[in-house]
Amino acid sequence: MTAVPDTSAAGRARIAAASDVERRRRRREKISAGLRYALLCVVGLFMLYPLIWLIGASFKTNQEMFSSAWFWPANPTVQGYIDGWETSTPYTFGRFFWNSMCIVIPKVIGTAVSSTLVAYGFARFEFPGKKALFAVLIATLLLPDVVTRIPQYLLFRELGWLDTFLPLFVPQFLAWEAFFVFMLVQFLRAIPRDIEEAARVDGANTFQTLIYVVVPMLAPALISVCLFQFMWTMNDFLGPLIYISSIENYPVSLALRLAIDTTEAFNWNQILAMTVLALAPSLIVFFLAQKYFIKGISTGGVKG
Amino acid sequence: MGGESRYLGLAYVAPYVLGLILFTAFPFGASLYLSFTDYDLLTTPEWVGFANYERLLTRDRIFERSLSVTLLYVFMTVPLKLAFALFIAVVLNYRLRAINLFRTAFYVPSILGGSVAIAVLWRYIFADTGLVNMIIVALGGDAVNWFGDPGNALFTITLLRCWQFGSAMVIFLAALQTIDKSLYEAASIDGAGKWATFRFITLPLLTPVIFFNLIMQTVQAFQEFNGPFIITQGGPLRSTYLLPLYIYDKAFRSFDMGYASAIAWVLFLIIMALTLIAFWSSKKWVYYAGDRRQ
Repeated sequence: MTAVPDTSAAGRARIAAASDVERRRRRREKISAGLRYALLCVVGLFMLYPLIWLIGASFKTNQEMFSSAWFWPANPTVQGYIDGWETSTPYTFGRFFWNSMCIVIPKVIGTAVSSTLVAYGFARFEFPGKKALFAVLIATLLLPDVVTRIPQYLLFRELGWLDTFLPLFVPQFLAWEAFFVFMLVQFLRAIPRDIEEAARVDGANTFQTLIYVVVPMLAPALISVCLFQFMWTMNDFLGPLIYISSIENYPVSLALRLAIDTTEAFNWNQILAMTVLALAPSLIVFFLAQKYFIKGISTGGVKG
Repeated sequence: MGGESRYLGLAYVAPYVLGLILFTAFPFGASLYLSFTDYDLLTTPEWVGFANYERLLTRDRIFERSLSVTLLYVFMTVPLKLAFALFIAVVLNYRLRAINLFRTAFYVPSILGGSVAIAVLWRYIFADTGLVNMIIVALGGDAVNWFGDPGNALFTITLLRCWQFGSAMVIFLAALQTIDKSLYEAASIDGAGKWATFRFITLPLLTPVIFFNLIMQTVQAFQEFNGPFIITQGGPLRSTYLLPLYIYDKAFRSFDMGYASAIAWVLFLIIMALTLIAFWSSKKWVYYAGDRRQ
């Protein structure tokens, strides 16, 4: 577009016509935005109402549960939480939360430490076989767990690790989940190497460079890694189902499953209250740190 | 970075190599071997050749049922979920003030989705006297037997997965936001309408991400376990008895490790075949920037 003012009559007419087009365009855009908002709100309601209802219903009495689809409890009660917390086992739900933490915390630490080391190796060094190894890493992203699960079970059985938490987090100390390595490699590739090279010139070795220069820059991505691993571990059901057999070692996911099997069919509020508690850690973490999730899924998923 | 040994990088990736050998490569080979054996954990594996596969593919009615249910589930879930994710991403990709709020709201179900808690919630929402039926009855309809009717049960599980379209949507949205705005301006100067713009600009530029989502979602869908295991236990009449449930039952309930490995390998080969077909066909429909094709 030129910036030369057009003062002829035809020019003025053109400008008037343009502003008319502009007005119409604006109006169209407003209608379009309105339609979009309306649609998104309806979809949002479908997405979130089950969760809202869940939280509301966990404070209802069992009689009220079946009488109304509205989420707000008429006579709020915490009886569901009290009964549910006690569980039908010799342990309270607190025990199961503790067990979950005994899995989650080492698993998150192991994932973060090992994935950082490995991603640093792939992103910043040349070594024999690197290309092939990275191709294998990409391939394992697509390898379905179902095909390795049985021998893994046999391996941990040989080691005498059944009914312990070890099979659930030891592989993560060896960067077993390729997704996280891949995500960090993608992130590292986008960071310029100048600062690292300056540190190397100043006499830092590669490990010092990693700890003092790379890790601080990698922090946002590392937070994403930890958060995803936290969520996925809290959600994991099949792993504990296979490896954990005694109730005293049950994490929350197994305990909840046990609760639906053993609680009488009509004690809904008890089950729903425990469901809320089981979701609470993930929900809280997600809302505190949602930008890291969105970022993590966009970098890990798209680039490359 | 120069100066150090060529092998220093290997030291950093060593944990991965060890993990790869111990927990991926060895189990991968071992499961192939086991699939040719009869192994019940008590005695040593006994080589039986192709007997497991033969029984599986010719005489096992449960496998037949389970496989067809699995394929139905995957072919229902993946396209529905991706189409919906793409649609919502396109609607969201606009100068809306509340874009982040909506993105978060739509993403919450996928972050919680795989959990037992959500499966439990689903079981109660779609129960005979659950939330969904209460709403249907309040609106004057007839209560639906969501889980008891073999025709509905799989669909209800599919709905659970489609409800978690958020992660695919976030990926679509990120890709949409990288599309050069000048392309749209050029199209509008050329008089292209909304649909033409979407069909000939947005969609081709999104094909790499569609491809990525398609592969990931398909691999994931074939391994669905929590939903059917907790909500319907594979029933009624095995209408939600997906292959991972069958593998679990064979391996960890009847400890028939050889046979379970054979099922796992058949499942793996199906996934591989579909992935390869997708990769092969991608040459025809996936457009990468810098590509010379018209």
